[in-house]
Amino acid sequence: MDKVFPSIDEAVADIPDGASIAIGGFFTAGTPVDLIQALSRHSARNLTIICQSMGPGNEDVTQLVVQGQVKKAICNYPFYRSATRGAESPFEQAVRAGSIEVEVYPMGTFIEKLRAGGAGLAGFYTPTGIGTVVERGKEKKTFDGREYLLELAIKPDYAFVHAWRGDSVGNLMYRKTARNYNPEMAAAGVITIAAVEEFVEPGELEPDKVHTPGIYVQRLVKVQRRNYIPSID
Amino acid sequence: MTTKLTKFEGLSRELIALRIANELEDGSYVNLGIGIPTLVSNWIEGRDIVLQAEIGMLYTGPLASREQVDQDLINASCQPVTELPGACFFSDCESFAMIRGGYMDAAVLGALQVSETGDLAGWNNPGRGFPDHIGNIGGSMDLAVGAKKVIIAMEHITNKGEYKIVRKCAYPVTAVGVVKLIVTDLAVIEVTDTGLLLREVAPGLTAEEVQSVTEPKLVISPNLREIQL
Repeated sequence: MDKVFPSIDEAVADIPDGASIAIGGFFTAGTPVDLIQALSRHSARNLTIICQSMGPGNEDVTQLVVQGQVKKAICNYPFYRSATRGAESPFEQAVRAGSIEVEVYPMGTFIEKLRAGGAGLAGFYTPTGIGTVVERGKEKKTFDGREYLLELAIKPDYAFVHAWRGDSVGNLMYRKTARNYNPEMAAAGVITIAAVEEFVEPGELEPDKVHTPGIYVQRLVKVQRRNYIPSID
Repeated sequence: MTTKLTKFEGLSRELIALRIANELEDGSYVNLGIGIPTLVSNWIEGRDIVLQAEIGMLYTGPLASREQVDQDLINASCQPVTELPGACFFSDCESFAMIRGGYMDAAVLGALQVSETGDLAGWNNPGRGFPDHIGNIGGSMDLAVGAKKVIIAMEHITNKGEYKIVRKCAYPVTAVGVVKLIVTDLAVIEVTDTGLLLREVAPGLTAEEVQSVTEPKLVISPNLREIQL
């Protein structure tokens, strides 16, 4: 069951207009930059992008915005912290102009929606967001005297994840805090494409140390490890 | 329309952080938010306090020096950090299971406004011009709801001289009735069932002066004292 694609462009080639794509990575850590860049070389439009932020620490999504490929963004921290920096951001400008729709969730809710999507659940009740604008239009229910909010699962058509090590059958390991959203997004994607820094033969990853079982991963591509200084400013 | 409040001299941001570090108990798991809360980490060396980074890490160490920078090892503010003995990594999803699950003894957060009943508004500044449901929520709502004790670290008034401790939050709230303690450059205030209890004032300040820059009526503690550092 060899899932390795010969090139990154072939791995994203069938993504259709209107697809939803979950993209792993917390600011700069564990972000599948090469896959985002491949998507910007591809013609798909009207995309729904599901990722932490649409700019800070994730500059490559800006190209998708500039090229008019994004219809909607689902995030937990979409904007630059600095209002000045934000005003210059094509994403923020598109949101203000109404050309991109944005949905924002609390971070824990955001990733739990994806976990539910990958785990066959319709949704879950969370105490987070009660009494805030997040509860608008959502069912509330009281359990043991405490109010909870119903949040629904997200099941994206595609997921892009970044792994440190992987084998050709799709087993993945992440490194340190580059793990972040990647495991739940890998499980949630109908088609999950993993960018892997280091490939090993099946059997070489210690089975006890696999973070994402290969069953969740449909396509694999080899990428070069990048070296950079993490920053969101 | 509103009159500008008097700007009193008080503690520096570093000393607000020190006062909060003194409030944290040994043996506790703590999450520090962005801004003044991050500075608390400078004052807990040698203490038995474990810092969680919500990106997915426990036993988060000090900020990395230039030589130590590892691109795969950052905190939730995207700053390169180090790991301490005992460190472990997990997914962001598990990190928030931990937070909502009630395992964080304390969360130290910044705020735009805190109300007299402990409502916290910290995620959305309407001045940014977005609809009120659009902004950077990040991990703030989960932390505010899930941590056993929410401590606010902030300046007492805004740069423009407006109240930050208010009767009712005008800004979109992060969570309702969650704040237990407010530490500012001017005072230490506990949120109680009977109102805001002024426990400590910055050196040289009187309770009346603190009240003059605080919108709700303060209850003055019979044991009112200067902030001890």
